[in-house]
Amino acid sequence: MSIIATGITKTFGRYKALNDVDLVVPSGKLVALLGPSGSGKTTLLRIIAGLEHADEGSGKIEFHGQDVSRVPAGERGVGFVFQHYALFRHMTVADNIAFGLRVRPRTQRPSETKIADRVGELLKLVQLDGLDRRFPSQLSGGQRQRVALARALAVEPKVLLLDEPFGALDAKVRKDLRRWLRQFHDEIQLTTIFVTHDQEEALEIADDVVIMNQAKVEQVGTPQEVYDRPTTPFVYQFLGNVNVLRDVAAWSTTGPIHDNGRLAADGLLYVRPHDIAVSRHEPGTLGVPAVFRHVHTAGSQTSLTLELLHTRETVEAEISRTELAELNIKLNDLVLLRLRPSHTFQHDYAI
Amino acid sequence: MASAISNLQRHRSLPSEAVAQATQDPAWVRWLLTSVALLFVAFFLVLPLASVFAEAFRRGIAAYFAAFKDADALSAIRLTLLTAVISVPANLVFGVAAAWTIAKFDFPGKSLLLTLIDLPFAVSPVISGLIYVLVFGAQGWFGQYLEAQDPALPWLQHWLIARDFKIIFAVPGMVLATTFVTFPFVAREIIPLMQSQGTDEEHAAITLGANGWQTFWYVTLPNIKWGLFYGVILCNARAMGEFGAVSVVSGHIRGETNTIPLHVEILYNEYNFVGAFAVASLLAVLAIITLVLKSFIEWKYQQGRAEA
Amino acid sequence: MSLFTSRRSALPGFNLSLGYTVFYLSLIVLVPLSAVFLKTAGMTWESFTQAVASPRVIASYKITFGASFLAALINMVFGLLLAWVLVRYPFPGRKVIDALVDLPFALPTAVAGIALTAIYSKNGWIGQFLEPLGIHVAFTELGVLMALTFIGLPFVVRTLQPVIEELQPEIEEASASLGANRWQTITRVILPELYPALLTGFALSFARALGEYGSVVFISGNMPMRTEIVPLLIITKLEQYDYRGATAIAAVMLVASFLLLLVINLLQKWSRRYHRV
Repeated sequence: MSIIATGITKTFGRYKALNDVDLVVPSGKLVALLGPSGSGKTTLLRIIAGLEHADEGSGKIEFHGQDVSRVPAGERGVGFVFQHYALFRHMTVADNIAFGLRVRPRTQRPSETKIADRVGELLKLVQLDGLDRRFPSQLSGGQRQRVALARALAVEPKVLLLDEPFGALDAKVRKDLRRWLRQFHDEIQLTTIFVTHDQEEALEIADDVVIMNQAKVEQVGTPQEVYDRPTTPFVYQFLGNVNVLRDVAAWSTTGPIHDNGRLAADGLLYVRPHDIAVSRHEPGTLGVPAVFRHVHTAGSQTSLTLELLHTRETVEAEISRTELAELNIKLNDLVLLRLRPSHTFQHDYAI
Repeated sequence: MASAISNLQRHRSLPSEAVAQATQDPAWVRWLLTSVALLFVAFFLVLPLASVFAEAFRRGIAAYFAAFKDADALSAIRLTLLTAVISVPANLVFGVAAAWTIAKFDFPGKSLLLTLIDLPFAVSPVISGLIYVLVFGAQGWFGQYLEAQDPALPWLQHWLIARDFKIIFAVPGMVLATTFVTFPFVAREIIPLMQSQGTDEEHAAITLGANGWQTFWYVTLPNIKWGLFYGVILCNARAMGEFGAVSVVSGHIRGETNTIPLHVEILYNEYNFVGAFAVASLLAVLAIITLVLKSFIEWKYQQGRAEA
Repeated sequence: MSLFTSRRSALPGFNLSLGYTVFYLSLIVLVPLSAVFLKTAGMTWESFTQAVASPRVIASYKITFGASFLAALINMVFGLLLAWVLVRYPFPGRKVIDALVDLPFALPTAVAGIALTAIYSKNGWIGQFLEPLGIHVAFTELGVLMALTFIGLPFVVRTLQPVIEELQPEIEEASASLGANRWQTITRVILPELYPALLTGFALSFARALGEYGSVVFISGNMPMRTEIVPLLIITKLEQYDYRGATAIAAVMLVASFLLLLVINLLQKWSRRYHRV
């Protein structure tokens, strides 16, 4: 089921959390709302769920073409997974999952045997079989997360909304669980929106990424699009490292600057470290001269810190170890920097 | 300068010992402070409590139990139970409603409301009684209503006069005054508790399709049950033991408008000390039960927190 | 937006619960309390000053405020000691003592009153030793002080305990590693952290003592101009059908209590000032 939000504004007192925000989520997609804290992403998610309401007279939320702005949260058919899970502490895992079925009006309520079957099914789906009698306090963070997911799915929602689903987990569990979520989404094909402030997470598993900043949507696109062709300086800075260069004229002689949206509206050049090529300083070669100051190796990549000769700006360049070996340079050597041609639409590109 | 350097050197040479000296009190200090504190507790808390029982049993067990054979004593016990049975649930319902409003919603005037709820704690018990005399006494608004020539709701005036319905110097006034002095107990226990729990679980229940009552009954209530119990225990102890406020609105009519504390006063003023202390020992036992239950709930609550 | 509409919330029941809260609060607390001020406002200035400033009333203010202040001071000292010992020094039976601290909350004031009188009277457990020394407690100002100290004790202990529990050992270690000795650490690092709570406890204990009636009437002897406390004077006036006099004095005491409540609220805000993020 598709979700469309149009012209959503939300103020808390004097603070504007959302400023005329539009959002389109096609049916069956896994979409990430990505942004720094305070960007309004969680508020937007909660408005879609019906847990908050947009300011009077500002825009609407549509599910599958139907305006649900005035439909209470319980009747929207959303499954919501809270950042800290919000599991019912005094109920077992099984009772937590069954809750949504048990509170239905008597006429629509499944029998207890049916509920038990459904709970068993869901536990299997989230790979927690056998833990049905545990209490939330007896589970690990990752397990609680999956109970929260199973509980949300029990009522067969048409939309799944997750607020910082991996935020409270440690790094290793977070990585495993997000890959699992991607596979899981591919299996159940439920329209899903998740909120995150972790760009790696968003880029790795989302079909589409919605980047938010200061109550506005900055850019929407596939992970490749937003990473390779940021449309605003904010997106450039937010997604990965970027060099901000002032002397556009000097760089324009070394490579394409209008590709990739490198030259932003503010007249500065935004270049990713791996888009800067380094060569030895030889007379007659094209490039911006710089001094090689520092090298830092991580895995197969090396990161060079360079100081531009004329402007004294510091620039980061990423090259492979082999390239570095071929360059054969020492610290404080003079080198030349160029912009690499764009590789925006290369399909084999991976982050 | 020289001393600063020597200071530095001294600490450098003995860091761990210096730290221990400055973070732990010497044994004799611990002993002294603990002894003084315990002596204070013994004199100020244990002695009064013990003396209640000592005085009550001064003339033996038979004399002790004789105090309860008195019909007036029994009626005082009945009236005390009655006031508690009315005022505690009334304040319980109020406390839950107030906590739900304050902890789960944002609205202007919230901190004013919180302050107003605490107001009865700042009012002297005697004044708590006085205000009801002013409102419901013969000179008060209620009295004026009964005397009025052309009252609003004439049938009500008629009905009240026909039954000789009295509030002050009668049981209703005592219940009202008791309700006033115990007013904040439940609310003040569960408001911070519900605030600290936030609204996530309730929101989860709502998105899962639960209605308001289901959310409250299945999700909110189980989370606050110990806090609620705690508030009720304290509220009950105060309701049964209140003296100043009920004293003002009670008619001091033996067997009719005396609660246990008022009965204690009457016996005491009649120099029936054994009787007074015997009846008072009931309230002392209630106090001990209250303290034990209170400690139990605190222990239970801490356990719950350690698990989570 | 009017006062009684919240922003639309996903949770139901706001109007019902707020409506009931305000209704019940008005019925039980606000309307009856306002009667005191309405009645007082109906008095002429002359009769008001006569009622609240006659020599007997002034004497009762003196003993009430004076004894309450002294009792709160005693409680501040011993309350701090007790709270410190209960949190920092483990000793057998600590749990029992900890529970006992609340006894003055739980024990009805009338019971406390007759029990204290029994202990400090001529033949009482303590009185029999004090009387030969010429110290009279029961039926004197000292008795009033004893009763008010008894009922105020838990306020100081219970306000301080959580604050002492939350004191991080690191700050004491930091102080020590910077060269402070134990006395300096206590007076310059620990006590300043406790001041707001200590003052709050003092104010709470003082406020409670001002209005106290039950525990005092038995032990004070109720001598006009000497040990007659304000609440007792109000009751005396009521018994003499002097409603106006009683109400005027009540109004004065209510204003004092509300001012104290304001001070306590400010103190509590102050005590949280370091905890804001």
